[in-house]
Amino acid sequence: MNVLILSAISGVIMMFSSFFIKSKGSIRILAHVLLLAILAANVLELEGIRFFEIDTSGMMVFNRFALLFTLIANACTFLFFLLSSKDMERVGINYSDYFALIFFILAGFTLTSSFVSLLILFLGIEIISIPLYILAGSDKRNLKSNEASLKYFLMGAFSTGLMLMGIALVYGATGTFTTTAMSITGEGGVPVLFMAGLMMLLFSMSFKVSAAPFHFWTPDVYDGSPTVFTSFMSTVVKAAGFIAFLRLFADAFGDIREEWKILVAIIAAATLFVGNITAVFQQSVKRMLAYSSIAQAGFMMLAVYSLNADARDGLILYAAAYSIATISIFAVLIKMGDYTFDGFNGFARQQPLLAGTLVVFLLSLAGIPLTAGFLSKFYMLRAALYGGAVWLVIFAVIMAAVSVYYYFRLIQAMYFKEGVADTVIEVTPGFKFALVTMAGLTILLGVYPSLLINWLYF
Amino acid sequence: MPIENYIFLSIALFAIGVTGVLTRRNVIIIFMCIELMLNSVNLLLVAFSKMHYLANSATNPAAGTEAQLFVFFIMVVAAAEVCVGLAIIVMLFRNTHSVDVNFLSRLKH
Repeated sequence: MNVLILSAISGVIMMFSSFFIKSKGSIRILAHVLLLAILAANVLELEGIRFFEIDTSGMMVFNRFALLFTLIANACTFLFFLLSSKDMERVGINYSDYFALIFFILAGFTLTSSFVSLLILFLGIEIISIPLYILAGSDKRNLKSNEASLKYFLMGAFSTGLMLMGIALVYGATGTFTTTAMSITGEGGVPVLFMAGLMMLLFSMSFKVSAAPFHFWTPDVYDGSPTVFTSFMSTVVKAAGFIAFLRLFADAFGDIREEWKILVAIIAAATLFVGNITAVFQQSVKRMLAYSSIAQAGFMMLAVYSLNADARDGLILYAAAYSIATISIFAVLIKMGDYTFDGFNGFARQQPLLAGTLVVFLLSLAGIPLTAGFLSKFYMLRAALYGGAVWLVIFAVIMAAVSVYYYFRLIQAMYFKEGVADTVIEVTPGFKFALVTMAGLTILLGVYPSLLINWLYF
Repeated sequence: MPIENYIFLSIALFAIGVTGVLTRRNVIIIFMCIELMLNSVNLLLVAFSKMHYLANSATNPAAGTEAQLFVFFIMVVAAAEVCVGLAIIVMLFRNTHSVDVNFLSRLKH
């Protein structure tokens, strides 16, 4: 509750701040301070200190899982602010509004991670989506940004329609919107209405997290949007979608897992296949990262498939590892003049420190041991193994091996090719320091994942 | 009227909406079809609300009210979505002088 209220208030403050504060630096500092306050409130709530006593029973439940995820989402957003908030200035003139929209999205995260009523799920998904449509189109003169925004909007609104139909059908079959109360325990099998509603919800959530075969909007939208906002929407937002997905299927449809698990397994396998194979053929690093986000979504689908304790731990770790690595890679990418692989030729010679940290993040995304990415993939595979799909685990491992190719291609370009990589924007010592810290954190989480996961239980 | 009639009507409206989104090329018409999808859901929710009320009102006098409430939320969110959507379409029209989605294929390489 702390986080929800504070982030909504922060959004409003940021909206009005441009009337009173003229300097961009002050706006940026204000946003950082507000987000730090939200982070502090989040940690306090995890420790049991609540600022607001509001009865949300039947609507939201703030358990440790929800609170830990909001903590990770807020921390990753803070990292995003630290690394990339200066680059938002180049997108357009409405600098403070971008922060306001991001704070509203943070309020949406709290709803999607803590809902028990389908009403809150719907509101949360919409509160996340609507500001994102605006952010995707924030580069108003750029035609690609316009198209990305329109495409995202049409696809998002369409999948919202599907989701609402699913909710209505499930309501018709059970008479309740509360996910924990809608267990189907009749003799004559699952009602048709309920099954149809479940399918609609499955498809619409797959749309939102860009799982194949509903991923086709993703590369265009991620490629067309301003790179700073792609960095945000392909990481934290996607993780929030998966938390909602997992909670929905664990709470509402966990009892009849036998009925839908094969379908989710197929979606996971298709996502892994499409994401990894298509990423191999990309020439632009930004587009490669868009496909890589589809590929990583395939791994996160394994958590939805298996729904056990490993899946919950793993998804938390995955959200952190994936978000940290991708936000950091994007932060470096924004500084580059040329987004193709060739644009990175000779990067290691010019910026040895940045290239070194990039290697850590790429290894983490590829799932090489000693990085957080390896352990999060390991948790997912173990969850799927206990969930009873050996073929899926084998397939996922093969696809992870494929992913090594396109991540290492960037490392190869940086270290083993001659060329002059042009960084358009000056790299500050603070930026370097933040990046090195994140690389250290990635390795630390890869060695001691319990530092993060223990928060779930104690 | 039996509940089946309402379900068939809503599904029909929903299917018209989905077909429109998938086949039409004019952004404004796609947008209207999405609104049609949302409104068919509203109709269905109200019908189900009545159904659950008639079935359970003896034990629970508040049965079915939450669906009525949900309809209001859908209307509010749809209005917010219309605001943003029309703004995006206007922005696009300013740059291209067209509301056709076919040129979206330009994004692909």
